[in-house]
Amino acid sequence: MGKVNCYMGIDVGSVSTNITLIDEQENVIEKLYLRTEGQPIESIRAGLKDIYKRMGMYVSICGVGTTGSGRQLAAAIIGADVVKNEITAHAIASQKVIPDVRTIIEIGGQDSKIILLKNKIVYDFAMNTVCAAGTGSFLDRQASRIGISIEDFGHYALKSQIPVRIAGRCAVFAESDMIHKQQMGYLREDIIRGLCDALVRNYLANLANGKKLEAPIVFQGGVAANIGIVKAFEKALGLEIIIPKHFDVMGAYGVALLAKEQMQYRAGKSKFNGFDKLNGDYTAVSRECSGCSNCCEIVQISLNNSPVVCWGDKCGKWSGQQGDNISKSEEFTI
Amino acid sequence: MIFTFPHLGNTYIVAKAFLDDFNAQYIIPPFNTNKTLEIGSKYCSEANCLPFKLFVGNMLQASELGADAMLITGGCGPCKLGYFGEMLQKTADDIGINMELITLEVPDQGLKELNARVRKISGNTSFVNVVKVANSAKNVAIKIDNLERLMRIKRAREREKGSVDLIYRAFKNDIMKIKGSKNILEYIKLTENKLNDIKLNENANPLKIAVVGEIYTTIEPYANFELERILGNMGIEVERKVTVSDWIVNDMFRKGLHLPRDSSYVKASKAYLGRMVGGHTQHTIGNSVIHAQEGYDGIIHLYPLGCMPEIVSQAILPAIEEDHQIPIMTIIRDEMTGEAGFVTRLEAFVDLLKKRRGENIDGQSKLLYGY
Repeated sequence: MGKVNCYMGIDVGSVSTNITLIDEQENVIEKLYLRTEGQPIESIRAGLKDIYKRMGMYVSICGVGTTGSGRQLAAAIIGADVVKNEITAHAIASQKVIPDVRTIIEIGGQDSKIILLKNKIVYDFAMNTVCAAGTGSFLDRQASRIGISIEDFGHYALKSQIPVRIAGRCAVFAESDMIHKQQMGYLREDIIRGLCDALVRNYLANLANGKKLEAPIVFQGGVAANIGIVKAFEKALGLEIIIPKHFDVMGAYGVALLAKEQMQYRAGKSKFNGFDKLNGDYTAVSRECSGCSNCCEIVQISLNNSPVVCWGDKCGKWSGQQGDNISKSEEFTI
Repeated sequence: MIFTFPHLGNTYIVAKAFLDDFNAQYIIPPFNTNKTLEIGSKYCSEANCLPFKLFVGNMLQASELGADAMLITGGCGPCKLGYFGEMLQKTADDIGINMELITLEVPDQGLKELNARVRKISGNTSFVNVVKVANSAKNVAIKIDNLERLMRIKRAREREKGSVDLIYRAFKNDIMKIKGSKNILEYIKLTENKLNDIKLNENANPLKIAVVGEIYTTIEPYANFELERILGNMGIEVERKVTVSDWIVNDMFRKGLHLPRDSSYVKASKAYLGRMVGGHTQHTIGNSVIHAQEGYDGIIHLYPLGCMPEIVSQAILPAIEEDHQIPIMTIIRDEMTGEAGFVTRLEAFVDLLKKRRGENIDGQSKLLYGY
């Protein structure tokens, strides 16, 4: 039996690293959701190893796309055909699942976004800029503070009869407000429900600010698993919220679709380095360049001590010539 | 007296020409870096805006190099939170450094007071000479802004990527060694010629994005992560109507001399904002409308966290977005130095604009490819 042609999408986010494989018919044949835990290189490697173990025998990778805040890094290590920002990737995935989608709510680890579509094109989007209240990492933290696992968080919220009002304007204030309410003896489920309501209020005030949210509304990203937040959104908007089947890996799915599109358009060989390349020893070095007054912070990734990629400079001196080893250059102060 | 001044884009070249012509001693503070921000934030209240923190950083770095007088403009009110000059003076006194703040703008006390301030720099030269020097500084400002505009146009069309950046880097390097407005103007002309010699892609029809918002964040490249360069290198033509020369001509000279000022933006903003509410709100609103009418593909609105005038603008912009069907993206800059999130937003915005344009051209949806 021949190998199945596959396209891989990798979304390296702040909290999770997601990988999806799609076939020629654009069906998701494998997906993986891993915690990034601040070590993107390690988690990409672990994820790919896992995929290889399970699927390596049956598939051949014809195209790779990366997205998420670690997309450049992932692209450099794996060899990617498409590097795309997560907003576009999410919109594409969502449109694939629900072609007439009008509003996409996406809440990830550190970012929350709203994407509005009209006539099947993105016509407006917003992304949180200065506040991370209402995102996955904040919920994670609060769950551990209350002493429940994040998976149970939503179910607790549903048990509540009378939600407690919590100030959701800022993550720090929400936290102190919540602690205060805890000390006063409010029920745990009421506090959790209050927190869900507060985060939805924060989201709508910060991102949806003055924009009209039209149905159908799709909710994706890790936080969509939280039934408490979903219900709070439905209540606040008075509309039904659709959660796609692969809500947790929509970014990776979107970029896999883009990789497929790109490879068909370009009709060449994929830049994918292959699964075996990942066994090498990747190291990252960061230095402040003293070449000019900009004092850029340069990061260089090396594989077995030979430089693979370099970025962070404004002038293109380092990112232009990836072969130079910055740790040996005189223009760096250690 | 050894003078210094805060950075605001290429204004240092204007200040340099002005001080050179008076034969004054001066120090150009190191360009804004994360270190400048770090130093500035240390001596500022957390709630101060980014520009103020960077000004304090510039002041301290220049003071270390021996400066004892700082020239600034616009201390009399364009910013709603006001009193930039007074606050900087107070901050300098609190820190305990010897720094005299000189605000070069027509104060409430009138032209006589301004003259007294200029005399500190010019010494005993004739009044005619003062006017002449001020006029040449204005000309330098105009030429610099024209040069920047030319770069933005060429960058979007250059055949070989990086040609403009290469010329500009050489310009920034050399201009430091050139003294006096006459020589500076000559060198600008030379650079202009070099830019005009760049081979262009004749068929290019670049996307056009206009930048509006708070003056400092829109002009100072450190404060906007070199937005113009990033967009330009994606092949996008960037336009920004609020410039230093425009400010010097309209808000310093014409306002001071009670001459009629350019007010096209005021007229354009009338439907949304009836009056001046501080800062550059009227510019932001008015220019957004003008850009929409001029057929720009999109608008990027920038401001530092906590900037009250621009918070007002942000609330008004969705109405313009709706009425004129032009995408507007607001980006707020604070002390975060990670560029990745900023670039993500820019890329997504560009995708959106490309797709809209593609839609308009042939009426059907096309998928997007990576850069």
